Amino acid sequence: MAAASEPAPLPAVRPPVPDRWRRRLADPTVGIWLAALGVTLLGWIVVTVRGGEFLTQPNITGILQNCVALGLIALGQTMVILTGSLDLSVAYLASLGTLVAAETMAGSDGNMVPAVLAVLALCLGVGLANGLVVTRLKVNAFIATLGVGLILRGWIEDNYTGPAGEVSRSFQRLGYDRIGPVPVSVFLLVAVALALWFVLRRTRLGHHMYATGGDEHAARLSGVRTERTVLIAHVLCALCVGIAALFLAARFGAGSPWAGTEARYDLESIAAVVLGGTILAGGRGGVLGTLGGVTVLAVLDSVFNQLAIDPFFKNVLRGVVIIAAVAVYARGRRRAGRTG
Amino acid sequence: MTTTTATPVQGPVRLGTRLTQTLGTALPVYVLLALLLGALAVTDAGFYEPDRFLAFVRRAAPLVLLAAGQYLVIVSGHFDLSVGAIVTTGVVAAAEIYHGFPGAHWLVVTLALVAAGALVGLVNGLITTGLGVPSFITTLGMMLILEGGVFYWTGGSPTGYLPDDFRALGRQDAFGWLPWAVLVCAVVGAAVWWLTRSRWGRTLIATGDSERAAELSGVATARVRTLAFVLSGAAAALAAVLVGGFSGVSAQAGSGMEFEAITAVVLGGVLLGGGRGSVLGAMAGAFALTALFTLLNLRGVSGSLEPTVQGLIVIAAVAVGAANWSRWRRRSPSRNDQPPPPGTHATTPPAGPPPATETAPPTTAPPTTAPPTAAPSKENPSTGGPTA
Repeated sequence: MAAASEPAPLPAVRPPVPDRWRRRLADPTVGIWLAALGVTLLGWIVVTVRGGEFLTQPNITGILQNCVALGLIALGQTMVILTGSLDLSVAYLASLGTLVAAETMAGSDGNMVPAVLAVLALCLGVGLANGLVVTRLKVNAFIATLGVGLILRGWIEDNYTGPAGEVSRSFQRLGYDRIGPVPVSVFLLVAVALALWFVLRRTRLGHHMYATGGDEHAARLSGVRTERTVLIAHVLCALCVGIAALFLAARFGAGSPWAGTEARYDLESIAAVVLGGTILAGGRGGVLGTLGGVTVLAVLDSVFNQLAIDPFFKNVLRGVVIIAAVAVYARGRRRAGRTG
Repeated sequence: MTTTTATPVQGPVRLGTRLTQTLGTALPVYVLLALLLGALAVTDAGFYEPDRFLAFVRRAAPLVLLAAGQYLVIVSGHFDLSVGAIVTTGVVAAAEIYHGFPGAHWLVVTLALVAAGALVGLVNGLITTGLGVPSFITTLGMMLILEGGVFYWTGGSPTGYLPDDFRALGRQDAFGWLPWAVLVCAVVGAAVWWLTRSRWGRTLIATGDSERAAELSGVATARVRTLAFVLSGAAAALAAVLVGGFSGVSAQAGSGMEFEAITAVVLGGVLLGGGRGSVLGAMAGAFALTALFTLLNLRGVSGSLEPTVQGLIVIAAVAVGAANWSRWRRRSPSRNDQPPPPGTHATTPPAGPPPATETAPPTTAPPTTAPPTAAPSKENPSTGGPTA
């Protein structure tokens, strides 16, 4: 708004070096990682002052572990949001994914591969459904994915009343093994992040995603098959949710109908993506920022836990942090729009 | 100043087509509502006995209020996800107030709640318009704050009770036959309908249609939008009074209502992203959604499968609405693979996943309001919402 409504920007006469610094700091990806660092330092100081220990091995492991599920889902969400869409069905899909994984596995190691394939197939189907409803039926993504989420929810509630299935022993190692202080699942997260980063930055598909999210009409006029791009983004998102569901199943040891909804992954993942500097309207942002956003949320959570803050009050603080962070971005963006 | 903005946006071309256009966007929901009401009549012969039908309207009333408020926010190009939390907070707060002041007059408490709801809306609006935070995030954060706050305050389980005179609005009848809730609903509906016809309402719709055009015409878009958030918050608080009266104190009173309200508004043919749709359609959408719930109940669809049917019908209804509308509308390419003819770039956004919003609808956009090609993408970030 500010950028568009400003009259033609006058050539600003400013000292170039601080300006460049300021612009680099205004880049949300840098900003969010600095914020993550700041929150960690602040948390460390506060916890130490109050007589606790913050940077202990179990604590670091806990923070990293907390990053994984939300991180995987938020990475998928980044893809759809960048493309100018949205996915509100991720929470129910994650729940259903854990159930399918645990039921297919039924506690035996031999069923591990079929279970993984079954979950990915389910997610492929749901992603296709989301994408087709959005692109073919022209239903707004908000309503389309909300509707698909409701369909999944009904399916879950009709078939499951509590935890079901059993995850095999060796598969649970995905949830619990660690190398030093780093859980192995973090490598999964990093691998997915790298793959998506490569897709976004180095492939034609990724450029098409940015183009479609930035201005769908212009993208189509330039020859981008926008519908297919949106469809693929939805499928990638659902597959990320599937991987998250596999991780959650490994953590819980069984399928849980509330795995996704209890942690509110739908809204939390969107919050993490926006915290990471990706614009809700699409076209700007990226994977690295999202990881930063997830880290900030996980570190904050850990700090709140260490300080024994009331879990309900934690939500209040989290809401304030999210609004404040995005307000800071909006401010930086406006200023950047003004200076150049 | 506002009259000059109304002129270019609601140009003379509009007059002839206005009736059909108003009916047009909302047409699918009226058909859906008629179908559902017909199905209800077939399923249950006694449904149209006056008292049972009024009871149905009373059950629909809170959602209708929420839809009316949500309509104002959505038509201006934003979202309000905090309304469900406002309902919960309102119900719990009322119980806490009566816990502290058992003798409080119901009217005072109701007015206090509505004022508090308006205040929450004001904060939403100021953060969204003043700080440039997308409304999706603002109201999501507000939802976290309110829900966390109310549980923190009550320690997880709300205590207290609501006295009968406070609950009367939600469950008693006026003149012995007309539920108060229906009366409240009708009054608020009429008021909002009148508001959308007022000068403010027209500027609000123009703002949602094309923020830049409205701004260039001298609209104080921030103020206009903030008022929409305030009214949405107040409507949600009033809905809380009805919900509290109808079903008593519960920590889950308003959970999920924000999505129901948005669904109702979209069912009513209102474009997410702003600028198009009528409040009557939005309220009809709320009635249709309640009729759907009632029908599923009567048909004995197991409670757990209810969301599935709901999801299917909502997607189908919106899809049918989108398809009908784009074919029926003049000058709109129904196949978006063909590039639109030159010159219509800014006027007919092909209905993609996010219905392009910053552009004006076909019949209402004189060339001057069409932003230059570069403008929309720059405009997007600040208008907020995933569809903007």
